[in-house]
Amino acid sequence: MSKRKAYYASKLKRATHMLFYKRHKKPGVKGWELRKTIGSDYPKVLKIMDDFLKPLDLQVKTVFEEEKQVEKPTQEQLDKARFLIELRGELAPKEAKMIGWRIDDLAGLAIAISYIISKKGKSPRKEVDELLREKLPGWKVGINIDRYVRYGYLAQDENEQLYLDWRTRAEVDQKALVDLLLRAES
Amino acid sequence: MLPEREQKKLGREKLQRIIETCKSIEGRSLDPFLIDVKDNIDTVKKYFPEWKIPEDLCLDAETIHQLASVIKLQSEWVKHRSTTLYTDPFLLDEKIRRIEKVDIVRTFVKVWHPIVELEQVSIQSLAEALRYWESLVPLNERWNEMAPTEVGSGTATREELVNQRILRDETFSQELEDFWRELKSQVAKNGENGKIRYQSFVYAETYKETVNRAFMTSFLVTYGYATLEIHPLEEEMFIVPYEKPAVKTGGKQLVSIPIALTAEDWEKWKRGE
Repeated sequence: MSKRKAYYASKLKRATHMLFYKRHKKPGVKGWELRKTIGSDYPKVLKIMDDFLKPLDLQVKTVFEEEKQVEKPTQEQLDKARFLIELRGELAPKEAKMIGWRIDDLAGLAIAISYIISKKGKSPRKEVDELLREKLPGWKVGINIDRYVRYGYLAQDENEQLYLDWRTRAEVDQKALVDLLLRAES
Repeated sequence: MLPEREQKKLGREKLQRIIETCKSIEGRSLDPFLIDVKDNIDTVKKYFPEWKIPEDLCLDAETIHQLASVIKLQSEWVKHRSTTLYTDPFLLDEKIRRIEKVDIVRTFVKVWHPIVELEQVSIQSLAEALRYWESLVPLNERWNEMAPTEVGSGTATREELVNQRILRDETFSQELEDFWRELKSQVAKNGENGKIRYQSFVYAETYKETVNRAFMTSFLVTYGYATLEIHPLEEEMFIVPYEKPAVKTGGKQLVSIPIALTAEDWEKWKRGE
């Protein structure tokens, strides 16, 4: 193995350990942590890792502090961003069940997210609650919304307003979701 | 025409109503175009000449501020509607109510990329945990250690207390004055210009003795037997003994100077580094 290859192989290992294993309460690693452990060329190491993960249907995802995706991030934006490993392709509904989601809960999450998107990213909890009650048992709706908040999909402020939180930004292609829902045949 | 007092009262009520409407639009995410800004501005204008006292003028300013917030919301609303993410909430609401749960989930999993995270243990962490477990003292033994031991009462002589370092064999002030005299003689012997390097005076054969000398030196300086001369750029510090203990004037603020005295530094000094 050439010196250069060995250099990146060792960095790749360290990056894999950091990204796959949970280190903090929130999954993923901040850019500054990667820079500290791997070095300033960590974006390059992550690019190599992403190529390795492609055949496994996984990818390295960058979630910036800003709500929107950044085209050409600066060093500072990268340092503040969170890096995660996520599924590259699609899950089958049966697989969702395997990773701990009941179909009802997942449907509720999809509805809550798309409704909040349509309301400009902010909606009173009461409205989401009423919408979910149409198809989910009433006793379960409150528990589910609390769960979405706890997992980081939604955030709630003191005025009982719901927002989209970091996990939705990381995991869900919001535009595609709304488009698909509108195109879905009822 | 209403009398002036009635006119003012009506004006205040109208402004209050505008403020409340603006606040509810902002707080409850309602459509900001529900409010007719132009009409409300006209109302504010109409009553403005009536206001004379500061409270009324503040109410007027608050109304303008709230209306400005609504205009900002309207601008954001227009911007959002022009983006590709905008969907009519009523349309989406209708759609969501009519789609089957299974279809919603089928749609969602197409755009959902859940994060991968592992929480399982590794061989290394297991080995480390085992090592910790082996070295961990059983609880009943640890509790024994913490239990207070019964001590019988007895008598001790002064010599015994001095030996145990509970009492000193001379008074502290006597000890301090001896130390001051030692400083003066060292300065006369090894010092320059009436001062001596801090390290040369404080550092001793053992670390324990060094700590003790640093402790005594701090009292020499505090009680006015000596002073410190610090050259920050050269990173040098000198002790300058006074011929007579200086009397501290009450008005002057005393300054604390922290001096690190680590065992590593002392070892380096011992090795002559």
